Amino acid sequence: MVNQVEAAVRTPTRRSGLRKYRRFGGSLISVVTTLFLLVLLTFVIGRLMPVDPVIAVVGPDADRATYLKVREELGLDLPVLQQFWIFFKNLLHGDFGSTLLTGRPVMEDIARVLPATVELATVTIILGAGIGIPLGVYAAVNRGRFADHAVRLIALLGHSTPIFWIGMVGLMLFYAKLGWVGGSGRIDLFYEDIVPNVTGFLLIDSLLAGDMDVFWSAVSHILLPASVLAYASIAYISRITRSFMLEQLSQEYVTTARAKGVPRRGVIWRHAFKNIRVQLVTVVALSYGGMLEGAVLIETVFGWPGFGQYLTNALVIGDMNVVVACTLIIGCVFIALNVISDLLYKIFDPRIQ
Amino acid sequence: MSIDSKGLTAWLTTEEPSSASHAAFQNVWLVWRRFASNPLGIAGLMIILLLVFVAIFVPWLAPYSPFEQNLRETLVAPNSQHLLGTDELGRDILSRILWGSRITLSIVAIVSVIVAPIGLIVGCVAGYYGGWLDTVLMRITELFLSFPSLILALAFVAALGPSLNNAIIAIALTQWPPIARLARAESLSLRNRDHISAVRLMGASNLRIVLGHIAPLCVPSVIVRITLNMAGIILTAAGLGFLGLGAQPPSPEWGAMVSTGRRFMLDSWWVGTMPGLSILTVSLAFNLVGDALRDALDPRQE
Repeated sequence: MVNQVEAAVRTPTRRSGLRKYRRFGGSLISVVTTLFLLVLLTFVIGRLMPVDPVIAVVGPDADRATYLKVREELGLDLPVLQQFWIFFKNLLHGDFGSTLLTGRPVMEDIARVLPATVELATVTIILGAGIGIPLGVYAAVNRGRFADHAVRLIALLGHSTPIFWIGMVGLMLFYAKLGWVGGSGRIDLFYEDIVPNVTGFLLIDSLLAGDMDVFWSAVSHILLPASVLAYASIAYISRITRSFMLEQLSQEYVTTARAKGVPRRGVIWRHAFKNIRVQLVTVVALSYGGMLEGAVLIETVFGWPGFGQYLTNALVIGDMNVVVACTLIIGCVFIALNVISDLLYKIFDPRIQ
Repeated sequence: MSIDSKGLTAWLTTEEPSSASHAAFQNVWLVWRRFASNPLGIAGLMIILLLVFVAIFVPWLAPYSPFEQNLRETLVAPNSQHLLGTDELGRDILSRILWGSRITLSIVAIVSVIVAPIGLIVGCVAGYYGGWLDTVLMRITELFLSFPSLILALAFVAALGPSLNNAIIAIALTQWPPIARLARAESLSLRNRDHISAVRLMGASNLRIVLGHIAPLCVPSVIVRITLNMAGIILTAAGLGFLGLGAQPPSPEWGAMVSTGRRFMLDSWWVGTMPGLSILTVSLAFNLVGDALRDALDPRQE
């Protein structure tokens, strides 16, 4: 009898354990296929070009022998399938190809420029989440009132503003006319290369070196591009926070808590907000990745020597190796973010087991 | 039957619709009533109508030619002759912006016309057939969805070569996946309905069911989705233009005009500011309309 009960209790656990493994295996397979498709897509993009990459390297006046030699060096005389296989094999070895222009490995270049972008994106997301989440909660609590409409309009404006343009206007106003912030680049020329490069993040490096002049120069340079980028993410984050909060506030446990005499503020932050934390973390993570998109435009405007500017320069000169590698990396970042947010749901949401 | 305005209202609000199309008209009327009660939505609609009006009648509205250079009047600040000033080649900025409305509108229109049928077919086929076809199609859709749209468009344009046409193709390539996903969700809920089973019993082929009976029912939600995406299309196109990968000079595309203005920002702020304001206004208008439309179609929200 006891054994039977035990068996009855145990069987579902074992079965659900098995199902969990199977589901885990299933999502692993789906991630791997998505990654493979991503590689395929970027390969196709790289071979679409009407511009002959050989001519981009040797120039239009090269004689036929040089042309053929470079073509062979680039591996373009092989059948397409074989080219794809080589491309794929190199990727598995961490080789993303070399730039057509300088011949340096693309990965090295990216490792050099990435810290600047990560620094910008991090400051931005702190601003974006720090302002966007309270705004969204505030709008949801005051739903239908003036504050709600005001937040809605702010968000819609943020969704509608061409980010490169607002950056330009901001630079003219706050740098050229008012002189409140620094201009192009990460730091004033005067302070360049003073502090040793430890982490690649200027804000941290200057603090480590204890050089406050450099630190404040870096702050004044990052403030405007980060604010401009943050505006777009405030728009997005506040809208989503609002709808998550509305969903929670309409539920009965909120009424119950209020009826029991929990103060309004306690209900909002300790009850309702607690339930949307996991969802918010995934939203913030995705918009952190979305900075890569904003960075392409904003880094061009602010002369910010990061990933976005690197990609833009490659686009302008038509260096497809760099474009393909950058696209691939951005795709990987987004797939990883999706996987991470799925995992977060599974870990923190007790209903999904 | 004489339909004066009172009779029309009665016809639109009667409790017993006389036919399917009558009911459809009533539904549209209901949505319109809810839409019209949103002042921001109406404001957005007015701006879009104005944009369409300008785009059609621009040859008569624009005070100057968008291409005519006047090197004696370069970078003139806004005045009574040139309301928004002139650019570095002495071209009237107002005229260029007005002509640019045609480019913006045609990008939005062409992208929508390309994207809607592709998304619809992919989504309906995936949702209706299910199985491995569904898996394959949705994997591809998810792959495209996992990219920020500007990055993917950039990569495509870089590969195809910078031009307005290629920018349109690239934007279209990034815009069909959300529509496919939507259409798939719709057709999943439709495929087991009674009227579909009835058609199948009558011997209709799968192709006929998908094209003739499922796809048409997905059209309304697809239209709403596209309206919501239009602001994004405008911003992506402007971004491509700004990076020099969209419309090429001397075309009066707004994003490209902002990019030109960047060089003169410190001394002649109007060159870059004015076209940027137009992008902002138009994409705000599309966002307002999309937002109001979503509220009007989903009354549960309020």
